[in-house]
Amino acid sequence: MNKLSFRSMKGRKALSPFLNYAIVIAAFLAVQLALKMDMVSNSMQSLLVPVCCYVVMAISLNLTVGVLGELSLGHGGFMSLGAFSGIIVSVALKNLVPLSPLRLAISLAVGALFGAAGGVIIGVPVLRLRGDYLAIVTLAFGEIIKNVMQVLYIGVDEHGLHMSTKEAGLLLSETGTAIVKGPMGAVGVTKLATFTAGFLLILLTLLIVQNLVHSRAGRAIQALRDNRIAAESVGISPTKYKLIAFVISAALAGAAGALYGLNYSSTLASKFDFNTSILILVFVVLGGLGSIRGSIVAATVLTILPELLRNFDVKEYRMLIYAVILIVVMLVTNNPTLWSWIARFQRRKAEEKGGAEQ
Amino acid sequence: MKKLLSLAMALALVMSLAACGNDSSSSAQTGSNASQSTSGDGQDSSGAVTIRIGGIGPLTGSTATYGLATDYGAQIAVDEINALDGDIKLEYRFEDDTGVNETAVSAYNTLKDWEVDVIYGCTTTGPCVAVAAETFSDRYFQLTPSASSPDVTDGKDNVFQMCFTDPNQGMTAANYVKDNNLATKVGVIYNNGDSYSTGIAQGFIEQAKAVGLEVVAEETFPADTNTDFNVQLNACKDGGAELVFMPIYYGPASLVLAQADQMGYKPIFFGGDGMDGILTSIEGFDTSLAEGLMLMTPFNATATDERTVSFVEEYQAAHGELPNQFAADGYDCMYAIYEALQQIDGLADMTPAELCDALIAVFTSSDFSVDGLTGLGMTWQSNGEVSKDPMVVVIENGAYVSQ
Repeated sequence: MNKLSFRSMKGRKALSPFLNYAIVIAAFLAVQLALKMDMVSNSMQSLLVPVCCYVVMAISLNLTVGVLGELSLGHGGFMSLGAFSGIIVSVALKNLVPLSPLRLAISLAVGALFGAAGGVIIGVPVLRLRGDYLAIVTLAFGEIIKNVMQVLYIGVDEHGLHMSTKEAGLLLSETGTAIVKGPMGAVGVTKLATFTAGFLLILLTLLIVQNLVHSRAGRAIQALRDNRIAAESVGISPTKYKLIAFVISAALAGAAGALYGLNYSSTLASKFDFNTSILILVFVVLGGLGSIRGSIVAATVLTILPELLRNFDVKEYRMLIYAVILIVVMLVTNNPTLWSWIARFQRRKAEEKGGAEQ
Repeated sequence: MKKLLSLAMALALVMSLAACGNDSSSSAQTGSNASQSTSGDGQDSSGAVTIRIGGIGPLTGSTATYGLATDYGAQIAVDEINALDGDIKLEYRFEDDTGVNETAVSAYNTLKDWEVDVIYGCTTTGPCVAVAAETFSDRYFQLTPSASSPDVTDGKDNVFQMCFTDPNQGMTAANYVKDNNLATKVGVIYNNGDSYSTGIAQGFIEQAKAVGLEVVAEETFPADTNTDFNVQLNACKDGGAELVFMPIYYGPASLVLAQADQMGYKPIFFGGDGMDGILTSIEGFDTSLAEGLMLMTPFNATATDERTVSFVEEYQAAHGELPNQFAADGYDCMYAIYEALQQIDGLADMTPAELCDALIAVFTSSDFSVDGLTGLGMTWQSNGEVSKDPMVVVIENGAYVSQ
């Protein structure tokens, strides 16, 4: 991991975090304005909430991969935990909490809680591993979550929650409903997620992650990333700080998952597979490791792009074109010649400025 | 500089969002204006009404075979219908959902921007459930060729199926086994990571027990490790199963057949409609292993009636392969919609929501029946399920033989 550059971490100024808030708020207002003026097509409207979910996923994974410097390939697993726990809570509380924004908030909180619990369970044994080993174990974790959710049947009736690995084993009473039905997934979910909720979740995520990164704990986490031995020698506990970053990352992924799950009337466990984890990693790597703004932009662009490609008549080549664009962007943004050219340009400008002052 | 760059990118992003809004806003606005009077059903100079049918299914991804088949099959029917030069023309567009719920909903919204009148799809169950909830609240008529879970139609009056529901198919299979005295002890091997497979298996097991068959083994395998079936086959063998019911797709089924052959276990193998394709779609599979395999499929590409023959010919000419039941279901869907449209008066002035209610009325009316490739005299119940005769075929000398 050390070989990967943390370009954007360098030279970060105090203003930077506020710029992120400004960008997100400006984008939100612009979209709201466009919605008011009836300028946003149906297909773009349907992408608003998923974009918010993926932005939160990307920022939270960036905390693990960019800031902590550990490769995690199981982020979809936390999303899955959050999605299904959020859905179950929202269905179970239907009569108890009729106010849907409040129910959504509770669901997101529970999703975050389950994500965090998953983070602790996987983090305690696994964070002793490093590099490739950690990547493989998190990959396995994601698969385990997927497979467990695929055989789990969960229902609710007046006696409470029921859980089984067979549909007949649920033993629901007459008035009970099955919420999660194994491979059939969660069906008949009332859609609660709104764009505003997604926007607030992004702001909350930014608040948590940016404050963590600029806090004492955040500096300890980055010290561990840059030189573990040196960090340990000054008394930083690797397990503690790694766990802090990992669990926060998992909790945010859980909340994003809950929002995602409550945006569709049905959710399948197979959605949160290896591909989803990799997709989010792609957002993070493309946006720049450690760059929160990069994650936001990359997640937004890459979620919208495949849908935009529908406007051109390419049919089954759509995903191929998407992949080619991805490769080209990856190559261009990581092109050292290009970056050195930009650096030279910046230097020259600085020199000119310096010259003018003299 | 970097700040400037990212600011510019964010700006570009907002602009692109607004721009794509703009793009379609003109059409969306004309749509909303038009929907008050004529919706998208344009009337051309010859007086024919054009109905826009928007299909959704996987054109890419692991289930692309099925999506492509439903697209190709429907396209053939649309071309035939438009060639009739009747009063109703169909305009057809198919959007990729990659087999994922999220993408399917986006595809549906893209079709809405296109001012679609009728939704055709989705091909696979999961995405179809997600889209059906949307069409239900937006009031679009939806007919799916192959999404077979009861969840697809459950509680939605606007969604209809061309295929059997999974539990129904399982129950039909159990009844068939019992009625024809094929076996008294049965084993079941199914994919418990797949809703199609699980749905049929549960229907079969329940009905088998109800009619007095002894289910000696209920063996499962997960969706992503399906190469070794010795454990499952041995369990069936040890239980003395004379018939093994396999409601799974033809890919893993071919491995089951090969491995059963290697261990010298020769029960009757009985499959669902996902088994269709076992003779044609697997390279390097010794089709002699499939001799005696029984499967339930609504469509037989080697049938000799005129319509099937011409459909198979057209399909082969266009795509170079034999059509499977998904293609036939798609073909039938177009004709079902077309025949229903013919019974509606004043099509040209209808909004999609009015058209939806009119089509529901036609589909659920007792005298509406459709003759198609996958069944004669198909009718629909008010819950959206199709009623047609199931067809069991057995493979003899490398061809389907109807029972």
